[in-house]
Amino acid sequence: MNLFKIFQDIEAIDGDATERLAYYSRRSLLGLGKKALTVSAPVVMASVLNEAYAQTSSVQDVLNFALTLEYLEDDYYQKGNAAANLIPAADKAIFTQIGKHETAHVALLKGALGAAAVAKPTFKYTATTFTDYPTFLLLAQAFEDTGVRAYKGQAGNLLGMDVLTTALQIHSVEARHASEVRRLRGLRGWVSATDEAPAAVYAGEDLTTQATVNLVTLTGKSADRVREAFDEPLTKAAVLAIAAPYL
Amino acid sequence: MENTTKDRPVQSAERRLFLRYAGVATGAILIQSCVDKDYMTTPIPGTGVTTVDLGSGDIGILNYAYALEQLEAAFYTQVIATPYTGMTDTEKTMLTEIRDHEIIHRDFFKAALGAGAIAGLEVNFSAINFTDRASVLGAAKTFEDLGVAAYNGAGKLIKDVNYLALAGKIVSVEARHAAAIRSLLSPKTASFAGDDVVAPATGLDPAMAPLAVLTAAQPFVKTTITAANLPK
Repeated sequence: MNLFKIFQDIEAIDGDATERLAYYSRRSLLGLGKKALTVSAPVVMASVLNEAYAQTSSVQDVLNFALTLEYLEDDYYQKGNAAANLIPAADKAIFTQIGKHETAHVALLKGALGAAAVAKPTFKYTATTFTDYPTFLLLAQAFEDTGVRAYKGQAGNLLGMDVLTTALQIHSVEARHASEVRRLRGLRGWVSATDEAPAAVYAGEDLTTQATVNLVTLTGKSADRVREAFDEPLTKAAVLAIAAPYL
Repeated sequence: MENTTKDRPVQSAERRLFLRYAGVATGAILIQSCVDKDYMTTPIPGTGVTTVDLGSGDIGILNYAYALEQLEAAFYTQVIATPYTGMTDTEKTMLTEIRDHEIIHRDFFKAALGAGAIAGLEVNFSAINFTDRASVLGAAKTFEDLGVAAYNGAGKLIKDVNYLALAGKIVSVEARHAAAIRSLLSPKTASFAGDDVVAPATGLDPAMAPLAVLTAAQPFVKTTITAANLPK
């Protein structure tokens, strides 16, 4: 899988897709004030991407997809940790640890893929990302929670394989990161309310029924607690639509 | 993307549930009495039970998860029932939410397993001092980290992709708990994903096989759990 090829493939299926993607990219993750747009745009893109990639599931593709996300996270924390006057001294140890793990994940996945590993893309960020701590934290949360959902969405493609174990071992570390970053922002460590932002990152996290069992009815617990108790997966297409603005 | 196909065992479990629930508003106790009676020879906790066997195949793995969730739910229920000295409001809120998540996980597995569910386990928390913050949070850390390692290790043993998806939805919540508990113990440090649990060279959480997990959990469970027929 190669990110530029993805866009070519989509273009072949849907001639307007790239243009629409560029349009939505300009206003995705950080356009928090424009909630209506952030809700609908990635969903539209996800449906386009789904058509293109519904059948893709080889292990190598899964690992390269994971590697792309890890490249992004690793790049993000390297820049964040290197930026002067961004991360307060009290939080340095946290982001040093997170960055260390993302670097390790990149090395691990590259090692597993060998010559088949995709090259590291050049990432782009908005101007204030590494000068404004709240912006940095928000994006960190979005990347971590998206990462959790992305790995979860690929687990089924690795059913019964040894590599599934490795993917799960990364997945739970991303969840630890997400929990920590969320609490730095004054949120719960678990995904809770239905209106969490960025909306695309949390789309579909609002389920109260699992495997046809209505858990509010079953347990008598609130819908918030039930939603928090289960993290939901995202398709590769939905994840790529979220990541697209940074690629 | 949310899987909308209904797999047969869970669907049938739901049908059984519906029949049991018809006309009943809240029913955890009802379920308990209905489900426990028809599985193996294991009596209800407190009546001298000795052993439960988790069974085989995916049902065995789900029972394994159900056993661990029972343990966690019982632990946090006790934590909130008898708060440790000096528990802050923030801590109480967080621990109450975690308790509820674990109860939801426990009840979910019980419902999904239906008649295939193991009995309720009798726990043994005599090693935990529930009045002492360090003892309680230390035990919480142990349980959460163990839960993460258990799900990570069990994933590969699951045959049905829908069950794998369900386990995946739960394990990351356990990891979120683990990080939160670790931060209560050691705020503003690397401990939430510390080198003592996440291997620093690979950035990987542990993955433990069921037998190793059960060996670690058994001191907290009076009921003997046997797992000889689980997939390996």
